[in-house]
Amino acid sequence: MIEAKHLIKDYGTFRAVNDISFKLEKGDVLGFLGPNGAGKSTTMKMLTGFLSPTAGKVSIGDIDISENPIEAKKQFGYLPENCPLYNEMTVIEFLENIAEFRGFRTPAEKGECVEKVIETCYLDNVRYRPIDALSKGYRQRVGMAQAILHDPPYLIMDEPTDGLDPNQKQAVRDLIGSMASEKAIILSTHILEEVEAMCNRVIIIDQGNIIVDETPSDFRKRHPEFNAIELEMDASLKEQANKALTSLDCVKEVKNVDNILRIIPKDGQAIDAEIIKLTSSKKWKIGAFSKPQARLERVFQELTQNEEE
Amino acid sequence: MDNILTIFKREFLGYFRSPVAYVFLIVFLLASVGLSWFVGGFFDSNEAGLTPLFSFFPWVFVVFIPAVGMRLWAEEKKYGTWELLFTLPISPAQAVIGKFLAAWIFLIVAVSLTLTMVITVSVLGDPDWGLILSGYIAAFLMAGAYLSICSLMSALTNNQVIAFVLGLITCLIIVLAGWSIFNNMISFLPTLLLDTIANFSFIPHYYDATQGVITFNSFIYFVTITAFALLVNIVVLER
Repeated sequence: MIEAKHLIKDYGTFRAVNDISFKLEKGDVLGFLGPNGAGKSTTMKMLTGFLSPTAGKVSIGDIDISENPIEAKKQFGYLPENCPLYNEMTVIEFLENIAEFRGFRTPAEKGECVEKVIETCYLDNVRYRPIDALSKGYRQRVGMAQAILHDPPYLIMDEPTDGLDPNQKQAVRDLIGSMASEKAIILSTHILEEVEAMCNRVIIIDQGNIIVDETPSDFRKRHPEFNAIELEMDASLKEQANKALTSLDCVKEVKNVDNILRIIPKDGQAIDAEIIKLTSSKKWKIGAFSKPQARLERVFQELTQNEEE
Repeated sequence: MDNILTIFKREFLGYFRSPVAYVFLIVFLLASVGLSWFVGGFFDSNEAGLTPLFSFFPWVFVVFIPAVGMRLWAEEKKYGTWELLFTLPISPAQAVIGKFLAAWIFLIVAVSLTLTMVITVSVLGDPDWGLILSGYIAAFLMAGAYLSICSLMSALTNNQVIAFVLGLITCLIIVLAGWSIFNNMISFLPTLLLDTIANFSFIPHYYDATQGVITFNSFIYFVTITAFALLVNIVVLER
């Protein structure tokens, strides 16, 4: 497990991280969200022992990272923000060097683990290329490769899909997905759909504080129009339908947006059955019945903007 | 130990990945040999010795060693790679020592290129081999002391130019403290203080050695300076 206990980081008088605690077990994929400057990267730097916290404690698999940094650092792989790499080395030189730091010192061991990540991260055709000649996508894959080279039980990644094109993003997601069951993974991102695609837990931090810590589906329920239903119907029926729908107990509000009726339920409950029952009993002619996905961006915006005010 | 070796290997081979290293070696050789020929009067002295060469090393080092030392940490900080390095299972001490050794061996290679001068004097005359050996040992030790200071300066900034200037100024001050002309300028000070200032400099320890007397004192002096600067370097990087 990875555990952060009451982490605090001060830069001078500025408190970048204010009392953050969480715990992560094997099989968890934690999405770390927050606006720029919220303290995501600072938290990750403290988790990995690169920064020492002003107060608080980080344990990686029961090892306190400030007491025994070397042993703790053996337990995880880390992809730092912006993916810093030794640019003048070739991909294979770099990975072999990392392998040595990770304790694979004989040529056979080294070769084996390096070949394995070259395959997993699709680096075969750039293996002899200097890193500074690589495209952003390949760089990111090299960064990923060095993080998973020793098959660590924990993975910490700061914006792993930053700057990648959609195909590459998908490839990184698939890779993380394939490892999710046997590792505990923390990743930070700006992209909310990514959290949905990969994570089973989401933490939002804003101005150094955790403001949300729950599953992505619970997080979605915070959307003001969660479980809303949209009906498309003939204009002549609208007036009548609007009245009938509003009178239902489970309906909070009915909005008429661009000739579509949007029915917003009370307390985010599922109202599909009631609506279908009503429409069929009234024999309304329905053009389309849809249930739009609540957009997480909206929830994120509301949460983080409220904080600022 | 293994980790030190891994860092050493990467850093040392790293010098030869770019043409800068070769340019450095050639310019260093030209500068040190050229100074001993044209300014030091190597041929005019009519002696089968390397004193003209050795006497310029403290000054040549002041310019050249900050150039080697400036990138050690400033570059890692600028490109963020130290975040990668310090989240690997190695300690800052191992990283500092590994990098130092790599740069030091590189400097030893540079200084050893002047061994061509040794061939020259041995063909032209009958040199005092003990003198030459002790001169080279002192030059290597002194290079280590310069380098440790420059490594420390490099760890203080993420800008290589600033690291170079800081290293150059610090080394220059330490050299000047033992330079006779500078000491004459401050001769109004009490003798004890003058001696202390002069003894703090590289120069008296180094010149003793080039005269064939590597004393235990000078040896300890260079090792202490190096160890102290590296220790501070480690402390600076431990955050």
